[in-house]
Amino acid sequence: MSKPIEHDYIGLSEQQLPSMEKSSDAGNKKNGLHLKATELRLGLPGSESPEREDHDHKLLSLKSFVSGAKRGFSDTLNGGGKWVFGGGNGGGSEGLFSPRSGSSNGGNGLSGSDSGVGGPVLKDEAAQKPVVGQEKKPQVAGGSGHGNGNIAPVSNRAQVVGWPPIRSFRKNTMASHPPKNDDDAEAKLGSGCLYVKVSMDGAPYLRKVDLKFYGSYKELSSALEKMFSCFTIGQCGSHGVPSRDGLSESRLIDLLHGSEYVLTYEDKDGDWMLVGDVPWEMFTDSCKRLRIMKSSEAIGLAPRAMEKCKNRT
Amino acid sequence: MQKKMAYSFPDEVLEHVFSFIQSDKDRNAVSMVCKSWYEIERWCRRKIFIGNCYAVSPRIMIRRFPEIRSVELKGKPHFADFNLVPEGWGGYILPWIVEMAGAYPWLEEIRLKRMVVTDESLELIAKSFKNFKVLVLSFCEGFSTDGLAAIAASCKNLKELDLRESEVDDLSGHWLSHFPETYTSLVSLNISCLGSDEVSFSALERLVGRCPNLRTLQLNRAVPLDKIATILRRAPQLVEFGTGTYAAELRPDVFSNLAGAFSSCKELRSLSGFWDVVPAYLPAIYSVCSRISSLNLSYATIQSHDLIKLVCHCPSLQRLLVLDYIEDSGLEALASSCKDLQELRVFPSDPFGAEPNVSLTEQGLVAVSLGCPKLQSVLYFCHQMTNSALVNIAQNRPNLTRFRLCIIAPRKPDYVTLEPLDVGFGAIVQHCKDLRRLSLSGLLTDRVFEYIGTYAKKLEMLSVAFAGDSDLGLHHVLSGCESLRKLEIRDCSFGDKALLANAAKLETMRSLWMSSCSVSFGACKLLGQKMPRLNVEVIDERGPPDSRPESCPVEKLYIYRSVAGPRFDMPPFVWTMDDEDSALRLS
Repeated sequence: MSKPIEHDYIGLSEQQLPSMEKSSDAGNKKNGLHLKATELRLGLPGSESPEREDHDHKLLSLKSFVSGAKRGFSDTLNGGGKWVFGGGNGGGSEGLFSPRSGSSNGGNGLSGSDSGVGGPVLKDEAAQKPVVGQEKKPQVAGGSGHGNGNIAPVSNRAQVVGWPPIRSFRKNTMASHPPKNDDDAEAKLGSGCLYVKVSMDGAPYLRKVDLKFYGSYKELSSALEKMFSCFTIGQCGSHGVPSRDGLSESRLIDLLHGSEYVLTYEDKDGDWMLVGDVPWEMFTDSCKRLRIMKSSEAIGLAPRAMEKCKNRT
Repeated sequence: MQKKMAYSFPDEVLEHVFSFIQSDKDRNAVSMVCKSWYEIERWCRRKIFIGNCYAVSPRIMIRRFPEIRSVELKGKPHFADFNLVPEGWGGYILPWIVEMAGAYPWLEEIRLKRMVVTDESLELIAKSFKNFKVLVLSFCEGFSTDGLAAIAASCKNLKELDLRESEVDDLSGHWLSHFPETYTSLVSLNISCLGSDEVSFSALERLVGRCPNLRTLQLNRAVPLDKIATILRRAPQLVEFGTGTYAAELRPDVFSNLAGAFSSCKELRSLSGFWDVVPAYLPAIYSVCSRISSLNLSYATIQSHDLIKLVCHCPSLQRLLVLDYIEDSGLEALASSCKDLQELRVFPSDPFGAEPNVSLTEQGLVAVSLGCPKLQSVLYFCHQMTNSALVNIAQNRPNLTRFRLCIIAPRKPDYVTLEPLDVGFGAIVQHCKDLRRLSLSGLLTDRVFEYIGTYAKKLEMLSVAFAGDSDLGLHHVLSGCESLRKLEIRDCSFGDKALLANAAKLETMRSLWMSSCSVSFGACKLLGQKMPRLNVEVIDERGPPDSRPESCPVEKLYIYRSVAGPRFDMPPFVWTMDDEDSALRLS
């Protein structure tokens, strides 16, 4: 097998790559690219990527206070809990399932526990834990009682954003017709998702939420609060003080529950209604779009909602 | 003497010769032969394909190719389909339309994919191009039926209007009535993505009736089953037909009317739609099934035995899209009945369910790979896989060119041996020497990337999720895959090293997407500084990346080559890493 050639444009000297056999030892940093002393530094001491553990710690502390959509979802889901799902150390993916470094480590995409202990070799782990495949499912598989007690049972299957990779058109189409199952109740529970756009007056861009992901108005509203908090507070992401997030959140909650904004939705008939007037299931069935509206513009919505309800029943 | 003769070869003759050269690659090669060929070629190029709308600017395109008649553009990265690209990212068509309105008054065709198209853009198209013929909007968004009404009203020579799975704001069902009664040139209409109640059926009927060249008609779900017969009787020449909802109370008169209408369509080769299928109505299409080459049942929620019955009536089938209700048994039936099958896509009926709801496993795919010698393109969602199945598939079907496997639970190993699926995918790339597109899933270590880098020499597009262990994986791909054009990665622990070490490779590719990986902000900055012909864009909704340490990984990274420089239409959560430093030094 020929060794891949490194491009030496950026000042890295020619490196001999380790033999292929060693490279299969997953997670072992020493078998990385062996970019040694000649490697290009990014300039900050201690910021070299081999110290992925450092990254993790930094990420952990970052994540505890950074607000925004991604954590909003995950917090809503698990009360800020832990993830079985070891993932890449990316700084929080868009949403529901941020691959928190708390449950993964270093270059290993895989970790069965939340302890943050580093470097299990994939192969070994696979051998030791026969249900490792299922453990990694981002869901509460009822029967798989792992030693890892971190999976908080949820009514809806935990979903990774964008996984499995299915287009919204298909998801929304299938959502309105749940899969035919013997067990209808389960079918309803597992049936897909329904993305609707959420806009906020004054915010520069839209978001999308999956209505089927939430079980109640409360869950939806707190997720939206977190998602749009950066607009009302005027700043996305804070600089390192854990308490700041709590402060931001409570300020936003006041804003939303106070007089500034109300949550409205457009229903199937094209009418704009206040969120909260109809039972949750009826709402998810008929909601096409959400809008966080300034209270001043929302006058006159309430009476329509009540009338519609009367007409329906 | 001889040299002189070569130089005095008339331009018109060369132009005529070049007119037979349609492929972009060949055209590009022609233009590089010499300066005079470059000049002649650029004046007679009529069609242009731009795979990344930010790789070039409208002005640059117009300056080089003044006589374009057909433009195809792609906007957002592929992962936008799965909600990984936040709203407002970009991909706006309006600036292009504005420039082309002035430069290409004779523009005939616009094909867009994953772009933001507003009603204003559509109105401008309708107004600016007198001979406009073809509008294809795949996975686009941002427009409403008002924009469509403008197109319908003004484009007298419109032949094709195809809205493939675009997101359209439904404002009025009457936009179809905007096609004047004198308008008869429609050849292809795909409105299958329109939401409920958006189409005036009588307008549709009249439109279909007066357009004798109509070949493709794909209706939306709102059109009821009992209207199909009416439509088909007005357009028996249809080649491609997409039904609306395929459900109704079972009535013998409706059934026989429907069956009769279908049987009069002798040219029908492709069927789709079939929302909400009532199995009892499926036999209505049996009369055309023997000629059907493409069947899209991916919204048909019917069980395996009904699917098997249908599929067994279609011996000429080349392309099948279906839900996993078909199950292994259905795929085995497919493998024995449809020997001409080239493309198979199996979608999950319940992707978020806790347990598999159907009996569709790796066996089904193995059966098809064994029984269908012409199979080239596979998209398969399933819950389990083994290395040995993948090896079988690879050995059975070395002619595969597109292989996309999605094992629904991330990082799932071979369920028999509990090993990673490295060896299985390795076999795929080793045997399928013409593989151009590959999507990975399941438990994968760096080893699979080693195989890919070693064997996948024709691979152009690779999609990776929840895989690999270290930068070595990414390095294998970037350094080994010679034909790689598009690489998209999510949730993998790839970081700075491989990216920086292979920066030059990125200029040979269209784009690289990395989200939820470990690429630090510092590395992004460095890349942006060192590679001026790359746009390095950081997407981070936590706020400005420089409010965090340089070593902090960015959320998402999109790198693409461009001759247009950094773009200026970015939303607040996208930062471009450009070579500010060098600019400062120069000034």
